Amino acid sequence: MPNENTISRRGLFMKMGILFNGVVATALAVPIVGFLLSSITRGRANGYLSWVSLGPVKDFPEGETRLATFRNPFVTPTDGKTVDTACWVRRVEGDQFQVFAINCAHLGCPVRWFPQSGLFMCPCHGGAYYRDGSRASGPPERGLFEYPYKVQGGVITIQAGELPTPGSPTASLLEKKPPCAARNDLAPRNDLISIDGGKLYASRETNASPGEKKPWA
Amino acid sequence: MGLIAQVGQWFDRRLQLAAPIREITEHPVPRNTASWFYVFGSAALTVFILQLVTGILLALIYVPSASEAWSSLQALNHDVALGWFVRAMHGWGSNFMVAIVLIHMVQVFLFGAYKFPRELTWIIGVFLLLMTLGMAFTGQVLRFDQDAYWGLGIGASIASRVPIAGPMIVKLMLGGPIIGGATLSRFFALHVFVIPGMLIGFVALHLLMVLKLGINEWPMPGRLVKKTTYENEYHQLTRTDGAPFVPYAVWKDLFFAAFILLAVAACAIYFGPFGPTGRPDPTVIQTAPKPDYFFLWLYGLLSYLPPSLETPALLIGPVVAIAGLVLLPFLSGEGEKSWRRRPIAVLTVLLIAVTLGTLTHLAGFTPWSPHMNAWSGDPVPDKFLHSSTALQRQGALVFQAKQCRNCHSIGEGGGQRGPALDSVAVRLTQDQLIRQVIQGGGNMPAYGKNLSPAETTALVAFLESLHPRTQSPARDAARDMILRDEPAKHPDTQP
Repeated sequence: MPNENTISRRGLFMKMGILFNGVVATALAVPIVGFLLSSITRGRANGYLSWVSLGPVKDFPEGETRLATFRNPFVTPTDGKTVDTACWVRRVEGDQFQVFAINCAHLGCPVRWFPQSGLFMCPCHGGAYYRDGSRASGPPERGLFEYPYKVQGGVITIQAGELPTPGSPTASLLEKKPPCAARNDLAPRNDLISIDGGKLYASRETNASPGEKKPWA
Repeated sequence: MGLIAQVGQWFDRRLQLAAPIREITEHPVPRNTASWFYVFGSAALTVFILQLVTGILLALIYVPSASEAWSSLQALNHDVALGWFVRAMHGWGSNFMVAIVLIHMVQVFLFGAYKFPRELTWIIGVFLLLMTLGMAFTGQVLRFDQDAYWGLGIGASIASRVPIAGPMIVKLMLGGPIIGGATLSRFFALHVFVIPGMLIGFVALHLLMVLKLGINEWPMPGRLVKKTTYENEYHQLTRTDGAPFVPYAVWKDLFFAAFILLAVAACAIYFGPFGPTGRPDPTVIQTAPKPDYFFLWLYGLLSYLPPSLETPALLIGPVVAIAGLVLLPFLSGEGEKSWRRRPIAVLTVLLIAVTLGTLTHLAGFTPWSPHMNAWSGDPVPDKFLHSSTALQRQGALVFQAKQCRNCHSIGEGGGQRGPALDSVAVRLTQDQLIRQVIQGGGNMPAYGKNLSPAETTALVAFLESLHPRTQSPARDAARDMILRDEPAKHPDTQP
């Protein structure tokens, strides 16, 4: 009769077999999980964000807000029309712009610009924003998302590539605060951080010409 | 022995399935469970099988590619013979499945069927409900049109609010940085492989437990469930007052299953397939996306929650709801089963039903959404312009041109986001109207920067004329007195 402390030859082999399978499964899990998470890790490694052109500055009259479209810099073969993205371009004056994401800061529906009343309105849950993108009313907790932009050689380019959502890091860094809050936060907002290739840049000046006026000033 | 019997025996000698099948079909069930209230589980299974069959048929034509899905749906609707019918059956089947699963759940809850020893059956049922809703959402995405595109954006916006992990969840959900080809492909995999595979497994487990533990007897008020005695009582009941499931109870299931299939087919033929609506082109922004029927209540809820409560409600609400459903059989696993003696259970069901029903009803006409074309499209009713002054008419023009109408109705037309203004002059004095227009407030934007003083004057003159003939406009009584007495009593306020 086998002692409780002894182990049979077959029992040992079975346990070794289980262990062997466990080791193989762990080894296989690395590439499988890597594959599953590739859409996250790819964003970390190379970055989805790039600078894309919205066209010549002269297409955007001063004091007006116009719809512009651009092709998302990150494209896969089966994307079809979904890579074409719209955004609202407000030319304040000269080379001073504001480029707003089309997505409402509430739940991402496409906002529409009404020049007569100077409001962006969202058709879904009734969010409204002023012409400078700050929140006017409705459920959004914040103003419209803004793309970083630069004007070079008479062409306006924006840094885009990700769907703007309330939780994305770009969104929180580019948050448009209401005027009363902005007064207190003026100092930190001047060295706004932008994300390029997954790396944080200390200030917008790294991406823009030194003389550029800041759109939120 | 006949040839058929011989062939049957040949197979059964190898399969050895005849005896267990006979045992399953002839297992005794309490006589009083042969009721029309007990048909919803089998009806849900029937519609699930319908969805499997129609889903496979659709997959023969459908292309899960963001560039071609929409066109392949158009081909199904218009080019492939009876493609429209299969799409309509699948779409209506999904509506019916969600509805039947919910009815089944309510029946099980009210009949106390989740109590000992059927706790796990209930918990698996909760997972089956979640998977059914998962199928409904992923199915809406596969109908890759404008609603699906922006619906995904809404899903991503909700997911992104998860602290810390939010942005990663969004990329995992979308399969990339934006809604695109990878997004549709992974929702296709979820809708066609992952969730149905899990559904089949869980349905099998659910059914197995119904067979092993026996169908819940008709609850009698006062007959309490005790863990120590219930199983003996149940077996006693099936012995003394039981009948074989086939054919004693099954005929009602069969009739109802056929009726449901007919109903789905009737809806499919009469109403036709769902969409697809516009092409999923993000540059076409003239769209007001709306979820499918079973998520309309959520659409309504997200409009009414105060902004500060929204993220907590979105992230904690589902966890609490699911935890509540899973924990239910552990919180009340014994005791009274009959709904006649469980008033709180009945009230809970009614409260949830009325809440969901009201939000769904409201989402049918979305009073919280601005009417984007009201300012240019809705006429100002004659009665508000009758014998009005030039200034008031100018104000009516300002009212329309500044899109006030998009959120405020007068007469029949206009948005319902803000209050109707048919009798606003009765509620607000001239000063209050000016203040409200210039400064906004109470969920209204401030128009101070977008109205010239002349426009404000005209607009307020028009608004002051909006009152019923029998009611005079509101006025500030104190102001009248001050204006009258001012020179005498307030000499220092004179300029």
